[in-house]
Amino acid sequence: MTLSRETVINLVLALALLIVPVVASQMGQPFTVTLATRIAVLALAATGLNIALGLGGLVSFGHAAFFGIGGYAAGILASHVFSGEPMPFGFEGSNQMPVIWIFAVMACGLAGLAIGAISLRTSGVYFIMITLAFAQMIYYFAVSWPAYGGEDGLSILVRNQFPGINTMLPLSFFLLSYGVLIVCIGLFALLRNARFGTALQAARQNEVRVASVGISPYGIRLTAFVLSAMMTGLAGALYADLNKFVSPSMLSWHMSGELIVLIILGGTGRLFGPVAGAMLYVIFEFALGGITERWQFFLGLILLGVVLFARGGLIGLLAGKARHG
Amino acid sequence: MLLDVQNITTFYGSSQALFGVDLAVAEGEVVALMGRNGMGKSTTIKSICNLMPPKSGRITFAGRSTEKLPPHKVARLGLGLVPEGRRCFANLTVFENLVAAARPGAWTLSRINELFPRLDERHAQMARSLSGGEQQMLAIGRALMTNPRLLILDEATEGLAPVIRQDIWRAIRSLKEDGLSILVVDKTLSELLPVADRCVILENGRSVWAGTPDALNADLQDRYLGI
Repeated sequence: MTLSRETVINLVLALALLIVPVVASQMGQPFTVTLATRIAVLALAATGLNIALGLGGLVSFGHAAFFGIGGYAAGILASHVFSGEPMPFGFEGSNQMPVIWIFAVMACGLAGLAIGAISLRTSGVYFIMITLAFAQMIYYFAVSWPAYGGEDGLSILVRNQFPGINTMLPLSFFLLSYGVLIVCIGLFALLRNARFGTALQAARQNEVRVASVGISPYGIRLTAFVLSAMMTGLAGALYADLNKFVSPSMLSWHMSGELIVLIILGGTGRLFGPVAGAMLYVIFEFALGGITERWQFFLGLILLGVVLFARGGLIGLLAGKARHG
Repeated sequence: MLLDVQNITTFYGSSQALFGVDLAVAEGEVVALMGRNGMGKSTTIKSICNLMPPKSGRITFAGRSTEKLPPHKVARLGLGLVPEGRRCFANLTVFENLVAAARPGAWTLSRINELFPRLDERHAQMARSLSGGEQQMLAIGRALMTNPRLLILDEATEGLAPVIRQDIWRAIRSLKEDGLSILVVDKTLSELLPVADRCVILENGRSVWAGTPDALNADLQDRYLGI
């Protein structure tokens, strides 16, 4: 069996993201490990968005909402363990990641269902605006909710735990995040190749044609939007634990934009597009951020270059045109 | 009756396109919907599929009223539409086009490949890279994969090379032999009339004549279909 060029590139990216932090950790450079973890978590969030954006063509400008809800799920559950205060609705706090993740994913699923059910009645620029509006609503709610830090955010005093893994060690936490990323990329591939993914891509191309073969475009998009929200929410929970801090900035529209930028940089709809995009973004942030505070200006130039000359993003540039256009 | 359309009127915004169309297709019957350009054939089909819901009149399919059903629910009742202009999903492969909408039934991938061997040869190719004739075969195959009770073909052979047309007509005849109900719009009378059980003619958004192909004499053809 010969591997396609894209498969080889994907393997190289996956291995590079794994090996670099392992080696860096051996060489006593925990900061590099943290950077790699940031890449993995952002790539996970963008992989979630890639379900809606890459496969469904749904330009959600509000995915920060799910990223932030996931983050607050981690922060709020953990804060109740430390404060010992009971949570509303009879829930109990937890500092166990599996519990937090389930909570984050469920909360984002419900939020995705509500936001998607309304937003998906519109399309095009209205869809972009309405998803943005929902995210901003949640953002301002978080800012004005003093119980969990309001504008100042909420600190996670000790990183939440995962059974059998010492999450306090940067490398262990990286490996955990990396594992979650790879599993989710696998899920993305399964979804894309299943009939669901095919129908979703067909709906992106022509709604009427999809309806005339008996598939509800609305139903299939809503399902995609909810799955997308859940995956991005999971990334949010990990991101909160990475920084040991949650703040409304996770919910802001900058974050939504960042996720879209990651996907465009890496390659829209491509399996490892979000990984490539997150690598490029974080490395840029680090390398240029050391030189100038205005590093985003240069990122903007690169984004402009990608949009003008390399529409398939980094993966498209290296592996050739997408099979699915 | 499998499909029963009674006196429907349809509007594009404020402009009326159908002024009263009656049409019926019985189980196992092939009905030709005829008329010059702009007389309302495609609008009638869109109305049947609820892509352009009629304002008045009544449509029942398999005994169920289609009123207020969204298009995908109408399709699920067993209506397989092959829209005008070879509408495949260009960004999917031939195989994906066929399985995306598949519903269980007698029509399976292997049977489609038997009907259109060219699709089998190109199953991994992107639909956009197919020739016009192959795209048309794919559009028909995709509709058949939903295992419809009624297949609707809107100008399925328009703009195709004569050899390819022959292939498509051969397929339509074999579908008729299988007992599939078909509503077909086409301009090639020499191929259409032998395969049709009944004809319905539209003029200015009204159904003005219905009868067997034998009864459609030269006078009628000249009056309603001649250019």
